[in-house]
Parts: sequence; C-alpha cells; structure tokens
Amino acid sequence: MDALARYEPIIPEFDAFLEACERHLPTTVRVNSIKATRDRVVDALEAEGIDVYGRDWNSDVLGVATGKPGKTWPYVHGWIHGQEEVSAVPPAILDPQPGEVVWDSCAAPGGKTTQIAAAMDDEGLVVANDDNLGRLSALRANCDRLGVTSAAVTNTDARRATLDPFPGVDAFDRALVDAPCTCEGTVRKNADALEGAGASASRNLAALQSDILERAIELTREGGTVVYSTCTFAPEENEAVVDDALADGDCRLLEFDTGLESSPGITEWNDETYDDSLTKTRRYYPHQNDTGGFFAAKLEVTA
Amino acid sequence: MTDDDSGSSESDDRGDSGIDYFRRNRSGQFDRLPETEGDRMVEGRPSREAVVDWWVDRFAVPEDTFADYTLWEKGKGKVWALPYDLEGPVPVEALGLKLLRTRQEHWKPTTDAVQRFGRAAEQNVVVLEEDRARRFLAGDDQELDWDGDWGYLVVAHELAGGVEPIGVGLYTYGELTSMVPKGRRRDL
Repeated sequence: MDALARYEPIIPEFDAFLEACERHLPTTVRVNSIKATRDRVVDALEAEGIDVYGRDWNSDVLGVATGKPGKTWPYVHGWIHGQEEVSAVPPAILDPQPGEVVWDSCAAPGGKTTQIAAAMDDEGLVVANDDNLGRLSALRANCDRLGVTSAAVTNTDARRATLDPFPGVDAFDRALVDAPCTCEGTVRKNADALEGAGASASRNLAALQSDILERAIELTREGGTVVYSTCTFAPEENEAVVDDALADGDCRLLEFDTGLESSPGITEWNDETYDDSLTKTRRYYPHQNDTGGFFAAKLEVTA
Repeated sequence: MTDDDSGSSESDDRGDSGIDYFRRNRSGQFDRLPETEGDRMVEGRPSREAVVDWWVDRFAVPEDTFADYTLWEKGKGKVWALPYDLEGPVPVEALGLKLLRTRQEHWKPTTDAVQRFGRAAEQNVVVLEEDRARRFLAGDDQELDWDGDWGYLVVAHELAGGVEPIGVGLYTYGELTSMVPKGRRRDL
C-alpha cells in the first residue's frame, strides 16, 4: 500500500480508503439486456441457490453470493457478464443511443464494449478496437457469448486508428477511451496491482493516454461525446491527461452524475495546476461505494 | 467440430487487378452478400435471400428476423450479420455475429446465432430435461427419441419461465451429438 501514500493530500477519509483497499471486492455481474431481463436473471440464479442483491444506481448491476458466476446457466446463455461494478460507470456516462456509431478505443476484454452495445439495444455500430492480439480473443469471445451483433472488432494502435475500414462512416458519434493505466484501483482484486506503480510509471503512460484521447477527439463529430476513464488514482494519468486535451482546444468538460458517490477531480497536484473545469471530472474511491477505484471525464467535442 | 473461426489459409490475392479481383472470395475482409443468386459476382457465395430462406425453412423463425441486418461473408462460407448498413469490403477482425457456415452440403448454424435468434424458432427445436441439458452442455452425445428431421437442431431447455436455446445439436440415427464448442462446454 506504500504506493498509495502519496495520495493522502487528495483522498478524503484516507484511513477508510486504505482500509477499503485491503478488503476483498464483492462479486458483481451485469445483466445483458440483449438476451435477458433482470427478472429472469434473478429467477435463474436463485433457482441455482445463489443469493442476489441489487445495487441502487444501476438496476442491471447485481451483487451475487458466489465466487463463480461463470458456472451457472445465466452465464452459459450470455444473460450475465462478470463485471466489476465501477467498470460499468464509463459506458453509463457515455450514454450511447441506438443506431449510433461508437468507438471503444481500448476495448479488450469487452465488458464495456458489450455494455455499450446493450445500451444501444444492439442497433448501430460499435467499433471495438484493441492493439493486443492476445486480448482480442477474449473480446471476441465475450461479444459472441453475449450475442452482440453490432460490434466490429479491429486490431490497431488506437493512436493511429482511422475510419478507413468503414466506407461511408465520416465520424464517430461517441468514443470511449478506457485507457491502459497503472490499474492501482484494481488492488482489491489483484494484490500485485501496486507493484511498479508510482509517479514515474504514471508519467510514462501519460503520453500514450494523451495520444489516444487526442485521436478519439479527432475522430468524433462536432457535438459528439468522448469519455476518458482509467482504473487508477494517479493525477498524472487522469486530470493531467484531460487537461492536455482541453489545452488543445477542441473539447470541453461536461458535468455528470451516475448516482454513485464520488469526489470531484482535482485542480492542483504537486507543482502543477489544471484547468478549473477539471472539477467536473469524477473520482470513484473504494470506500465510497465498496467498489474498485476509477476516474472518469465526460467531454463534448466542440470542433 | 466446433464453430470457432479458425481462419483460412487462402492466399491473399490483392495483387490481382480488374474484374477478376472482385470475383474472388478473399479471407482477410468481409464482403456483402449479394441480394439474390442473380446478383452474384463471386462464385459459390450464398445470396442474402438464400441465407434468410434457410433460417426460415429450417427453424421457422419469422421472415423478418434479419430484416435490419446486413449479411457478410469472410473466409469461405462463413456468414455474419450486422445491424448497420455499410458498403464493403470491410477489412476487420470481426463484423457482427457469425450466423452459419455455408458452401457445404449441410449448412451449419453457430452456437452464438442459435442462442441469439433461436428463441423465435418454431421448428427443429428439441427441449431437453434438466439432466439431459447439462449433459448436452458438457459435450456428451446422447440417444434421443425424435421423429422430426435429421440434421442440425436447436437444442433448448426450460429456464426462468421460458424455453432458452443452449446450442446446436446434430441428430442422426437416434443420437443427438452436441456441437457446443469445446471452449463453451461446462460441467454445471
């Protein structure tokens, strides 16, 4: 937990935060509305003797009293997807609509891709990209099992992605940049998550994160929405990256409320200051909703 | 036998030019199916009409099941469905959901398509009791008293107040063979 000590000045109730990071994460699943309703999922899980409890902010997220939701009929049928609760936040903020063309720039293993497709009633086009060929098979397998028809899977470096493979598509309506990051916020499910974490690891990733976000803004139409998210606490990978994008001038931050407790993004970190509007971004801490940690920003493309 | 997309060893013949280029099936991209046999440019490629008719004839799904989808071929005979109108070719890893394998004597639906669209099937559907459903999911073959067609069936079971397709079974000589791909088999 030493890697987290540097966040004491910015995280409220820091002791409660550290204590939450040591606790095991509850097992949650997301109801896949492409194939099932919440009621049928609850019925089928309870018929297998598994207790299910709802979560207030999102009716499709369910806590399950089993460590192995993958060994159930609802999983086999693609009615549910094992997904950490807070990782269901970015697609909810993105709010994609049926018929739109949406980019998921760093999509594997596909929990958010499939959630985006479900939010669109599986109508339209979700371009699900990942540069890692090994992880692409997990992305494809999840899309298949969940019955997603609206996804096109690509294997390119998101920084250099184009719309060329899709004749007739001029721009994305929305884009999600769920960026590669130091993953500090996953420490509750992976005790090794903090190995190698720290300010210098974060600064090393920031250039890549900025380049992907910049590309997403370029490929999204004026008036379109770009969501930037990470599962880390590091301001170098969060507010600093969004601040960079704002400085380029083709976007502005929007406020949002998911219904989960969260803290505003910060505007000062060590020797740096960020644009005042960074307070519109949100930080999700483990002790606030009993989840992993997350950061999310919602941007409107203005040019 | 599984419905994994194992790719194809066909050579990439992008070096060709002229109309012959368009008349070949290439493995690295998705091409739109022709509407009818009469519109066909690539030999052996099934038409959209033939694919839709096959689902209707075989499983009695509603005729408008694929009305909002464009249909595509990648590799020899693998047909995919996408709920978006694009011109081809589309050079990507996956485009929509793989529906079936054509270009062979008996066309074979995929597990994913049967799970996604098979709920509306009214013909060639076998509903298994719970213990048989579990054995089917585990990949076991089993004897079956079935007086319907031979060939590929939608195999389903009762779950949470409805009949839910599990996958594809092949019925021959009184036996139901599980076509559930190895990676999807489970011992529940």
